[in-house]
Amino acid sequence: MRSRARALTLVAGLLGLGLVPVVAALANQPFYLDLFRRIMIFAIAAVGLDLILGFGGMVSFGHAAYLGIGAYAVAIPAFYGIESGLVQWTLAMALSGLAALAIGAVSLRTSGVSFIMITLAFAQMLYYLGISINAWGADDGMRLARRSQFGGVVDLTNGYVFYYVVLGVLVALLALGHRLVHARFGVVIRAAKSNEPRMRAIGFSTFRYKLAAFVIAGAVGGLAGALLTNQTEYLTPSYMHWTRSGDIMVMVILGGMGTLYGPVLGAVVFLLLEDILSAWTVHWQVVLGPLLVLVVLYARRGLWSLLPGAIARDG
Amino acid sequence: MAEPLLAVRGLTKRFGGLVATDGVDLDVAEGETLAIIGPNGAGKTTLIGQLSGDLAPDAGTIRFAGEDVTGLPGPTRSRRGLARSFQITSIFPEFTALDNVALSVQAHAGHSFRFWTPARAERALREPARATLEQVGLGDRADVLAGTLAHGEQRQLEVAMALATRPRLLLLDEPVAGMGADESQRMVHLLRALRGRHTIVLVEHDMDVVFALADRISVMVYGRVIASGAPEVIRANAEVRRAYLGEEISA
Amino acid sequence: MLFLMAAGLTLVFGIMNLVNLAHGSLYMVGAYLATAAFNWTGSFVVAVVWALAATLVVGMLVEVIALRTLYERDHLDQVLATFGLILFFNEAVAIVWGRAALFTTVPRALSGHIQLLPGIRYPAYRAVIILVGLAVALLLYVVVTHTRLGMLIRAGASNRTMVAALGVNIRLLYTVVFGFGAALAALGGLMAGPIYAVLPGMGEEILIQVFVVIVIGGIGSIRGALAGAVVVGMVDTLGRAFLKPTLSSVIGPSAADNAGPALASMLIYILMAAVLFFRPQGLFPAVRG
Repeated sequence: MRSRARALTLVAGLLGLGLVPVVAALANQPFYLDLFRRIMIFAIAAVGLDLILGFGGMVSFGHAAYLGIGAYAVAIPAFYGIESGLVQWTLAMALSGLAALAIGAVSLRTSGVSFIMITLAFAQMLYYLGISINAWGADDGMRLARRSQFGGVVDLTNGYVFYYVVLGVLVALLALGHRLVHARFGVVIRAAKSNEPRMRAIGFSTFRYKLAAFVIAGAVGGLAGALLTNQTEYLTPSYMHWTRSGDIMVMVILGGMGTLYGPVLGAVVFLLLEDILSAWTVHWQVVLGPLLVLVVLYARRGLWSLLPGAIARDG
Repeated sequence: MAEPLLAVRGLTKRFGGLVATDGVDLDVAEGETLAIIGPNGAGKTTLIGQLSGDLAPDAGTIRFAGEDVTGLPGPTRSRRGLARSFQITSIFPEFTALDNVALSVQAHAGHSFRFWTPARAERALREPARATLEQVGLGDRADVLAGTLAHGEQRQLEVAMALATRPRLLLLDEPVAGMGADESQRMVHLLRALRGRHTIVLVEHDMDVVFALADRISVMVYGRVIASGAPEVIRANAEVRRAYLGEEISA
Repeated sequence: MLFLMAAGLTLVFGIMNLVNLAHGSLYMVGAYLATAAFNWTGSFVVAVVWALAATLVVGMLVEVIALRTLYERDHLDQVLATFGLILFFNEAVAIVWGRAALFTTVPRALSGHIQLLPGIRYPAYRAVIILVGLAVALLLYVVVTHTRLGMLIRAGASNRTMVAALGVNIRLLYTVVFGFGAALAALGGLMAGPIYAVLPGMGEEILIQVFVVIVIGGIGSIRGALAGAVVVGMVDTLGRAFLKPTLSSVIGPSAADNAGPALASMLIYILMAAVLFFRPQGLFPAVRG
């Protein structure tokens, strides 16, 4: 990282997250555990989305669909007695990655507005699919009997353990993401966002790289979904509703597109705000809506870029 | 005579009612520099677009290095050794000049499904990039953000990016567009040095540049090649003079 | 009806280069206003006039207040900002009218059936909707291609600054166009009211379908919107009618019971995917510039 302020903020933030369970235990407020776990899970989804949205310039409005798939990939096997976390979570990432492959293969043939609309449409299609399958709860959803089992190595039913597992996933994701963004692959994705015709002119078949990024983001979304359903021990198709996609996008934008760490901040702010506002009034979205408009109009670069830091050489 | 490096036959492209290129035939021998001139709207950029793979022709064939490339997409042609520079500067403004050229190198240095090693650390990418920047005269501007380079320097960067792909054929679309006299001179020097080692197809308006560089000239008007040959021949051609009525051809 | 919405959206996009997710919200507002007016006055005509006029004003207000700065921004910004508007409208409507669905009935005059062909009866109301759609299509065509206003709009689409330099008040023009688009959406909404339930979020359900229509038909082209709407409508209706029985005979009735509706709703998306695969720019893409 090129900036001390940002590096410090990141470290402080992660440490802070690490200490939440301690604070929660001391203050006897397990609610905080839940809240911040939820925040981190969405942060994971947001970081995944940032890869394609912020770095790749692909405005995918259907990201919630992958969370949904990941969630179902945990709930359905559990319903039939398969409770191994290893199986479920791997399945979650594989299925959502596959879905991303299929959706991306078609959607990436367009760009701009069409792309936005199409990803939205496909995600909504999956939502309708989820609603109509009666066996799996239709629009009432499904309950998760037990959280994913990891054969005694890790016990997710313990809220604190689960918390640190999520934190671990987030940190790992950030670390891997950091490497990816600066490696050849990341450079291609970022350059394609900057000037795709040029990329093709110098010899990059950009389609395959964008598709790969799309799949990676989808798989990460699936993992987030698996975590989410473990968190809530419940699952409804509404997880896939397009407004959820919008929420995740807002987290990325609010935090800072293309910054990798910004979306984490975005998730924190967004969900905290949601929490605070909904305590005031059931109609909190009336405030959130215009707020969002204002952010887009005036604070476009996101919160992370408000921190002093060299933008230049990183591209 | 050996088969030309680039052989174009009957290349035609229509946009709605407008025929941009109308049955164009061209041959470019290896190592020669062909300049394509013509009034605005003659279809020169459309021609370049079809040669580079950005535009699909409605009719005609393109053979490059003995292979029919008409159906191949742009990136594949680039990998075969066909490079282009753009008339309207097309670079990666948020990256440094060195990054820009390194990208060109990267495109031809194996696949980019590498997720771990930082690209900046790969010497196999950085060294050739630096060398190419030196070659075009931008060696000391390597770490400047491409978007902040002067216009002339950006045009040089355009050429560098094409060069770094180690092409056999360079398609240069108005390389000195928008440049002042000094900058044009420098570009001409640079392109002169490339002559012979690379085959060059050059679209240009600036006649001084054309006559300084071209081995042969083809003249396009309304999408057709109306004359083709050595510079002196073209200079003297009555039809060409007519087409350029009002424009200066220095006698 | 899909056509009405698609036309409005594609008009705004094609001409002002603005992606307006909140188009669905305007549809919803139109429906709510019409329903409220109808329940209050009992007169269908009053309700229609009121809904169209009021939504027009709302649309123009929104344009002036929120959307002006978005024209120069890229599409992502527009998407997000209009998404914010959706949240606002959905909630605002819920505040005023509550979250439960409002129901309204088809006006008596239009509630019968008409004979299309001997033996085939068709609900009069739906026939009216189709007719209105066609009439609007014709009207749009005439306005855009044969009037000065239409010419101004098209010129403004290709080159905004030039037209402004020529002394035309571009901002006013855009506001008017947007208002017109809003009125179209409202028309769609108020006609939809009696058939579908009027509730918060109704705009988004149809919006997605409108997207599919536009993508299939080609962005920015009204002809495409018409073609797309027709195709989508047909596929959807036919699919729902025939898919279940067909599946029944293949995989047995109870499985078909489950899979049928699911597949039927997926049909138009599969169609969209197919169109995209073979013709990414849509069936009748607009030629810009």
